[in-house]
Amino acid sequence: MTDDTLMDQPHGPGIAAPGTILYVDSVTVSFDGFRALNELSLVIEPGELRTIIGPNGAGKTTMMDVITGKTRPDQGDVLFDGHVDLTKMTEDQIANLGIGRKFQKPTVFEHLTVFENLELALKCKRDTLSTLLFRLSGEQQHRIDQVLGTVGLKDKPRMLAGALSHGQKQWLEIGMLLMQDQRLLLLDEPVAGMTDAETEATAELILDLHKDPHHSLVVVEHDMEFVRALGARVTVLHEGSVLAEGSLDAVQANAKVVEVYLGR
Amino acid sequence: MHSLSHLFLNPGDRRFWAGFTALGVLFLLLVPALNLLLPADSALHVPNYMVTLIGKYLCYAILAMAMNLVWGYCGVLSLGHGAFFALGGYAIGMYMMRSIGARGVYGNADLPDFMVFLNWKELPWYWLGFDHFWFAALMVMAIPGALAFVFGWLAFRSRINGVYLSIVTQAMTYALMLAFFRNEMGFGGNNGLTDFKDILGFDLSQDATKMGLYLLTTLVLGATFLLVRFVTASKLGRVMMAVRDAESRVRFLGYSVTGVKLFAFTLSAVLAGIAGALYVPQVGIINPSEFSPANSIEIAIWVAVGGRGTLLGPVLGAFAVNGAKTWLTGAAPELWLFALGALFILVTLALPKGLVGLWAGLRARVTEKSND
Ligand SMILES: Nc1ncnc2c1ncn2[C@@H]1O[C@H](COP(=O)(O)OP(=O)(O)O)[C@@H](O)[C@H]1O
Ligand SMILES: [Mg+2]
Repeated sequence: MTDDTLMDQPHGPGIAAPGTILYVDSVTVSFDGFRALNELSLVIEPGELRTIIGPNGAGKTTMMDVITGKTRPDQGDVLFDGHVDLTKMTEDQIANLGIGRKFQKPTVFEHLTVFENLELALKCKRDTLSTLLFRLSGEQQHRIDQVLGTVGLKDKPRMLAGALSHGQKQWLEIGMLLMQDQRLLLLDEPVAGMTDAETEATAELILDLHKDPHHSLVVVEHDMEFVRALGARVTVLHEGSVLAEGSLDAVQANAKVVEVYLGR
Repeated sequence: MHSLSHLFLNPGDRRFWAGFTALGVLFLLLVPALNLLLPADSALHVPNYMVTLIGKYLCYAILAMAMNLVWGYCGVLSLGHGAFFALGGYAIGMYMMRSIGARGVYGNADLPDFMVFLNWKELPWYWLGFDHFWFAALMVMAIPGALAFVFGWLAFRSRINGVYLSIVTQAMTYALMLAFFRNEMGFGGNNGLTDFKDILGFDLSQDATKMGLYLLTTLVLGATFLLVRFVTASKLGRVMMAVRDAESRVRFLGYSVTGVKLFAFTLSAVLAGIAGALYVPQVGIINPSEFSPANSIEIAIWVAVGGRGTLLGPVLGAFAVNGAKTWLTGAAPELWLFALGALFILVTLALPKGLVGLWAGLRARVTEKSND
């Protein structure tokens, strides 16, 4: 359980990690005694693109759950922008700080149209009253059209999201992430279920986002081809901790990594 | 300006205004005309009792629209809406009790009869202000609204969802029923509030007053229609539907699900309170049985039968189910609860979108046939 004296301390002065966009320090999460994350530590620098690989059950999704407020860690620190303590915030507060997420299982609003899904994701004031009185400006309309083009759904704005194919839902969700215009983007297996062409296009899109120093990206992926295409620093997770970190070639040559992937 | 022209342009909107106008003509013009202008022996004459009965159904329709806002659009199955309806009814009932003045059985100008009977010497503090109509009218909205706000805040903040929320709202209305049954509460106990004489100086036994209440109810239903439409057609309406379909996903987009649900729940409770306040002068009594948990379940059934998540569905459902209830409780009262249960099962299994869905399905089939 959490240490009371630690809880009582105001965050900020005690823990700070200047020059990082995401700072995860010895985070542990247990489910009924099973440690899904085991003293996990990870640092992402502003503007960085990072890929995370690891066998099924390594804790990749759980790590994203902790960063986005869905799961509270049993212990450890999670800081955004070097000083904001995420472990005490709700999902919506974290989203409004500038952290966006694409889920492993595509989750779009099936009873709303493609356009409406993007409109809900649009970056704007999101309190209840502003939402009630919201009117789409020409500029915002233009932005939605732009994203519709980027994700290849230009001819389907009025289609119900529930009627899209699996791959299109993935794209729509990526579109929703773009609409939010966040500083830290977490993508959980974004190319699962995509064709090779779609996978390639997604890699291009991610590299494009990476060009803007305003964006920091964390991409979880199984597809080694895709990870190679991103050409970014790779972190290998295993049993809830970091097993190795470095270039893709370096981690692939790492004996511990080879054992985890091939040794069983 | 932009928003108004936008409302009139697309075909869905034109359908809405056509339906809205048709309902307006039916309830605001046709029913009063058939009542007032036709001789009593005419086959088309609408008798006075029927006007009051329709007025009662219109109150149920407002209540059903309120329920639909929070359940049909936002996915929060409140089974305590009967409580908000009853509280609105009690608030206006208190005003009407105070307007009786010295005309009660005991001739006491300062206390309602039931308090004299209980040997009370002075009016409890929470009755103060209810001699003014404006105050009572405010309380009709403020009390259900405040209760819903506090209750909802506690429940939604702790993420009490689905069947758990349904259970705690049932418990809420049940607790209120037990409380209002107690004489010491000061709301007339078992008997509730009744023997009203007039409202705003209009004699409640007069046909003209009854017609006035009927017309007022119709106008309020119309206003409720426009309000629900405004909310559900807004971006907030789409967020509500998103909450209904994938609540946790909405949070990750930065919306406060607690705030959205609280808005829908509170607004819905205020509308339910208004419905109750229109209902009580027309039926002449409000007592604790209005809080009974079964009443709140019935409201959900009206909405399910009519079609949840649709604008017109709740109105259709309220009329259809209550029409059947009026008829059956006359013909074979012991069968009503079975019929209601059967109806609920039928709708759940066979008509997930209710009467509105059935109609849309039939229309689609006819168009298909004529295209062959
Ligand atoms: N809510 C939960 N309850 C219990 N166990 C969970 C829960 N979420 C994840 N786990 C477990 O934690 C481990 C890590 O899961 P996850 O983070 O989804 O792995 P990955 O995304 O790397 O495949 C798995 O063994 C999984 O079964
Ligand atoms: Mg996963």
